[in-house]
Amino acid sequence: MKYQFNWSVLWSGQSGQWLLSGLILTLELSVLAWLMAVVLGTVAGAFRTAPWKPLRAVATFYVEFFRNVPLLVWMFFWYFGVPPLLPRALQDWVFAHSLEFWAAVCALGVYSGARFSEVLRSGIQSIPRTLIEASVASGLTVAQAYRHVILPIALRLIIPPATSESLNLLKNSSVALTISVAELTFQTRQIETYTAKAIEALTAGTLVYLVLCVTIASIMGWVERRTAIPGLITGGRGESR
Amino acid sequence: MAAAIEFRGVNKWFGPLHVLQDVDLTVEAGEVVVVCGPSGSGKSTLIRCVNRLEVIQKGEIVVHGQSITGPRVHLSRLRAEVGMVFQSFNLFPHMTALENVMLAPVKVKGLPGAGAEKIARDLLERVRIPEQADHYPANLSGGQQQRVAIARALAMQPRIMLFDEPTSALDPEMINEVLEVMTDLAREGMTMMVVSHEMGFARRVAHRVVFMDGGQVVEVQPPEAFFAAPTSDRTKDFLSKILSH
Repeated sequence: MKYQFNWSVLWSGQSGQWLLSGLILTLELSVLAWLMAVVLGTVAGAFRTAPWKPLRAVATFYVEFFRNVPLLVWMFFWYFGVPPLLPRALQDWVFAHSLEFWAAVCALGVYSGARFSEVLRSGIQSIPRTLIEASVASGLTVAQAYRHVILPIALRLIIPPATSESLNLLKNSSVALTISVAELTFQTRQIETYTAKAIEALTAGTLVYLVLCVTIASIMGWVERRTAIPGLITGGRGESR
Repeated sequence: MAAAIEFRGVNKWFGPLHVLQDVDLTVEAGEVVVVCGPSGSGKSTLIRCVNRLEVIQKGEIVVHGQSITGPRVHLSRLRAEVGMVFQSFNLFPHMTALENVMLAPVKVKGLPGAGAEKIARDLLERVRIPEQADHYPANLSGGQQQRVAIARALAMQPRIMLFDEPTSALDPEMINEVLEVMTDLAREGMTMMVVSHEMGFARRVAHRVVFMDGGQVVEVQPPEAFFAAPTSDRTKDFLSKILSH
């Protein structure tokens, strides 16, 4: 029997509403996890290059621990493993406030942060050591040198790989369906279940992810051009002065 | 004259390499000392010890009466008092010339932006490139970058300035513009330690010339005596090599 396409399943019934709520949840989850990943990744990436061993050790532990376990396992860990360890009051609160969502934010944020930290570390290590010397020689502390000189340069340098990491994070948010977060992929599966139209449902999901990713990549490209440091090779556009 | 920098029996090793060997040297306040010597003689390492970019293993260094080699040294305060200029300029590439000069006064001394900008513009005037204030380092020539670097070091109002081969990375036609600024500074009475092979500058501006070889201070002389009648054979050999052409 030939497959009968029926695209109207995407806008009849509740499909449209499901897709929209899935999209919103995917965005909420990704944005929160991204903020967490950037903060954790920046701190850990900076610590890994710090001239003080205990800081490097803490950061190395974080990175190796969290990036070397599958994301799926982290989802289960934060969803099933962590809540019983929490104090009673906090437990009641998370059970009443969509535990699965916050577990997914933590799993995705902490995991992506470990990956982001390595991207930042490679950016920092590409900066000549003499620039730190010049900073501290003018009286800045090492922390101030990182804050005002090293990180502003490194963060600009790593925009292309950080864009890839951000897109990965968005796409990885679909793993949250395994702990029943009703995000975009969860909703396309739901449409499929209700309408028995797998190709249509998955096509809709695919297109939404594609549009989101292309949009993010364009925004990051714009940020890259806006913040380019004169004299460095930027975006294949030659000198942008 | 009071001593600005005193090296007392200074020793330093990089692994098995004995890079500074029993260095004793006093630089008086307001004095200009040029340090020269062959590559690897320890001259850069010596001045990098003065602001603690390098740590020594034995001996003592005293800056304005305060030991800087003990365990309790206020590094930020020391470095605000001792400005440094590097061979490779090391300007902050993401900041304009003006911002490069303003950073330390604002972040370390906590000066308000307007006050720091006034100081920075005056300094750029002093190094003769006020018109480059809003340009990024990549858009400046080597000589201009090095003069911004000098202004940046002066912004903390240091009492001592260290120069680590400040003209070695420059094209010949830009060397003089940097040396002129350094000469001005010397005339104003700044205490300066200058690692350099610019013998013309040493002759005209230095009060004393230090010759180092193999981690040791071999000879310390006023420039006239240093060039006319060096006492050590190693100095004679070195001078014959760099002055022959």
